Amino acid sequence: MSLLRKVMSGFVLFVSLFIGSLCAAEPEYSTLNLRPGVTENSQRVFDLHMEVVWIMLAVAGLVFAAILFAVIRFRKSNHPTPAKFSHSTTLEIIWTVIPILILAYLAKPAIGLLLDMEDTTKADMSVKVTGKQWYWEYEYLDSSVKFASRLSTPVEVYDNRNNEPVEKGENYLLEVDNELVLPVGKKIRFLLTSSDVIHSWWMPDFAVKMDAIPGFVNETWTRIDKPGVYRGVCAELCGALHGFMPIVVRALPQAEYDQWVETKLAEKAEAERLAAEAAAKNWSMEDLMAKGKEVYDAKCAMCHQKGGEGLGAFPALKGSKIAIESDKIDEHINIIVLGKNMMPKFGEELTDAEIAAVVTYERNAWGNDTKDVVQPARVTELKAGN
Amino acid sequence: MAHDHHPTGISRWLFTTNHKDIGSMYLWFSFIMFLIGGLMALLIRAELFMPGLQFFEPNFFNSLTTLHGLIMVFGAVMPAFVGLANWLIPMQIGAPDMALPRMNNFSFWILPFAFSLLLLSLVPQLFPDGPPNFGWTFYAPLSTKYGPASTDFFIFGVHLMGISSIMGAINVIVTVFNMRAPGMTLMKMPMFVWTWVITAFLLIMVMPVLAGAVTMMLTDRHFGTSFFDAAGGGDPVMFQHIFWFFGHPEVYIMILPAFGIASHIIPTFSRKPLFGYASMVYATASIAFLSFVVWAHHMFTVGMPVAGELYFMIATMIIAVPTGVKIFNWVATMWKGSITFETPMLFALAFVVLFTLGGVSGVMLAMTPVDKQYHDTYFVVAHFHYVLFPGAIFGTIAAVYYWLPKWTGNMYNETLGKIHFWFSIIAVNITFFPMHFSGLAGMQRRVPDYNMMFEGFNQLSSIGAFMLGFGQLLFLYIVINCVKGGKGKATDQVWEGAEGLEFTHLPSPAPYHSFEQAPEVK
Repeated sequence: MSLLRKVMSGFVLFVSLFIGSLCAAEPEYSTLNLRPGVTENSQRVFDLHMEVVWIMLAVAGLVFAAILFAVIRFRKSNHPTPAKFSHSTTLEIIWTVIPILILAYLAKPAIGLLLDMEDTTKADMSVKVTGKQWYWEYEYLDSSVKFASRLSTPVEVYDNRNNEPVEKGENYLLEVDNELVLPVGKKIRFLLTSSDVIHSWWMPDFAVKMDAIPGFVNETWTRIDKPGVYRGVCAELCGALHGFMPIVVRALPQAEYDQWVETKLAEKAEAERLAAEAAAKNWSMEDLMAKGKEVYDAKCAMCHQKGGEGLGAFPALKGSKIAIESDKIDEHINIIVLGKNMMPKFGEELTDAEIAAVVTYERNAWGNDTKDVVQPARVTELKAGN
Repeated sequence: MAHDHHPTGISRWLFTTNHKDIGSMYLWFSFIMFLIGGLMALLIRAELFMPGLQFFEPNFFNSLTTLHGLIMVFGAVMPAFVGLANWLIPMQIGAPDMALPRMNNFSFWILPFAFSLLLLSLVPQLFPDGPPNFGWTFYAPLSTKYGPASTDFFIFGVHLMGISSIMGAINVIVTVFNMRAPGMTLMKMPMFVWTWVITAFLLIMVMPVLAGAVTMMLTDRHFGTSFFDAAGGGDPVMFQHIFWFFGHPEVYIMILPAFGIASHIIPTFSRKPLFGYASMVYATASIAFLSFVVWAHHMFTVGMPVAGELYFMIATMIIAVPTGVKIFNWVATMWKGSITFETPMLFALAFVVLFTLGGVSGVMLAMTPVDKQYHDTYFVVAHFHYVLFPGAIFGTIAAVYYWLPKWTGNMYNETLGKIHFWFSIIAVNITFFPMHFSGLAGMQRRVPDYNMMFEGFNQLSSIGAFMLGFGQLLFLYIVINCVKGGKGKATDQVWEGAEGLEFTHLPSPAPYHSFEQAPEVK
């Protein structure tokens, strides 16, 4: 597509979006305005927003009308002799007092709404949200379900620097591997924190935006009225992949939610059993490499890149000393378990077998042919020593 | 004038203590920084033209937004205002020069070093992990524990800029309080002088706070302190409190002198005195005072106690009152005037109109419950670019058109000036207005990529940005053309309705040394 055609299609898109959003009775996602959302508070926020928009447009409109009138009526050709007045106490009092009244009128509902939004007491359930570079971790404090939620748009879809642009899906950059599942009709309290820098958990459909701050716990809450899938983003600059850590909430009716929790708990028990089994067994090189590639592409390639060549501040693994020198195997394992500098720790998220596999993979892929084979038992041993 | 001999060539500029020379150097420096910062804006807009990463890795994109912000704030807007202060304040108060001319030279010559430190971070051989990438607000711990090595150069660069600003501010205050011509009482001072004195007090009070913040960053990074690290008993949110205690007055530092400029240009071309001079002075002082007690409205999502949120919401909304007074006074100045529309007037009018738009979105942002939706989205980006580009930068451009004939003795090309105006005002709105919509619809700030639902507005912004950027080269041409002779000689009064000592008591161009003998002010 030529640049001109892109420009043209941009204009056409803009005009059609504009007209479309004016005509559509209830657009799912407005491209022009806030979303009314699916909670009582988000609706109230939306109403207050619309009220202040109209009042502010009216104020600006009056000022612009006065300027326009002056510019036409009092231009030199129409009004050759200027008046001489330079103050009027009455007028100045009027345009001091009227804005104060308008502001007081706006402040009143804002105060009531704010007090309700900040009232996190009497919650039915609590979810701990931990911001990490660059994904979210959710922990259901009532049922011990815990998982990480990462962007599921593949890197080759969003990184178009070296390849032809790939078709982008409807939820491009707003889709994750594990959605945060929540029940409708319950007062849900969120406890937010971070394990590295400040993130901000923003769900526009709930009118909830709260910073996740390392070393502190913030509280906020919501009560979802309507089942559905809702999409938000990290709102606070948190480093390189700030734009790539979306939030997806799936709101379910209570019965379905309970069922989901049971499934999750069963899955967790099964995963723990499998992990213990995998950690105990002796793996072949081929199995480790296959498993390792799978884990690497899902968890590591975002920063270190698929070919292990690294990206900017993220070091290359291809040819890296730690990945090829035979006396550095334990160090290699520990970096994955404990993290290093900007790299998060994966010790809890990955099983011992997965860590062994990914270490083996990194030591043998992309020409790092060390022939090293790392067994899960070594990982278990090192973890016990930490 | 027998005394206006001075060194020529490079030593004239290196050693000058003349307020006009120093003013010119500040203005040229700021224009160069404006072009560098603008180039970064264009790179940002090129990347954002369509979804998907096209040119830059995300980390470098963050560096671009960071450097764009820092360069525009500290390199373009602030030095431009100091340059105007240098040129205008002595002439407007009937003084022969600034009170502290050697310090004046020093405060300018610090700046090229400060920005060299900052821009050196772009050299990959020196800094393999890239330039500062944490936004111009450099929140901890992204800028401390996680900051790249170049952060230390950034810290020393900020220190130098701060020293330069403080010295510039001291100079303005000392000049204004000691060197006014006989008869010029405080309440007879031109509005530009008033707004600059108030700005200078803001600078003196907040630049040391910024210096404190970056020093704490430095010790957190290298000397084992934990001011902003919870693990050592510190608090990352404290960084934000300190930063915005500087940062909010800073945004008024970037607008108050533009208020002063509009208060000169609008009366001149309306051929009518400024409406409500005294209330303009009091309104400016109130805005400056309020700027110290509203800082945490930038932080409504950090989890402040609700009482704090309520206080900062109400205090912030009150700022709309004195700001409204100023806008109404400008409109009343035009009322029943006899208005003509030369280029400075056009830019001043655009300033009033578009600043009003930025002002009303400011009231929206002040309201805590709705700000929780607006915060850190493109709505905020739209808001502050409306007060900075059509506000601070149009204000500066208006001032240059207005006083350029007095400085050079030549008239600029009015036709080209009008073309520059219309091109800029169209482009500035194409660039920044769509950002209101993309922000409301859910696009967060400081991201190199976005969902397709934001594509239309982003393409529009990118097209506008390229128009706006390249349009300013016309301004450069007009200024150079005017310096070289322009459209003939300017009269001493320059504009039919111009008032003030620089127009009524000095020839055009103003001599190298003006007011060696103080004029008498009635």
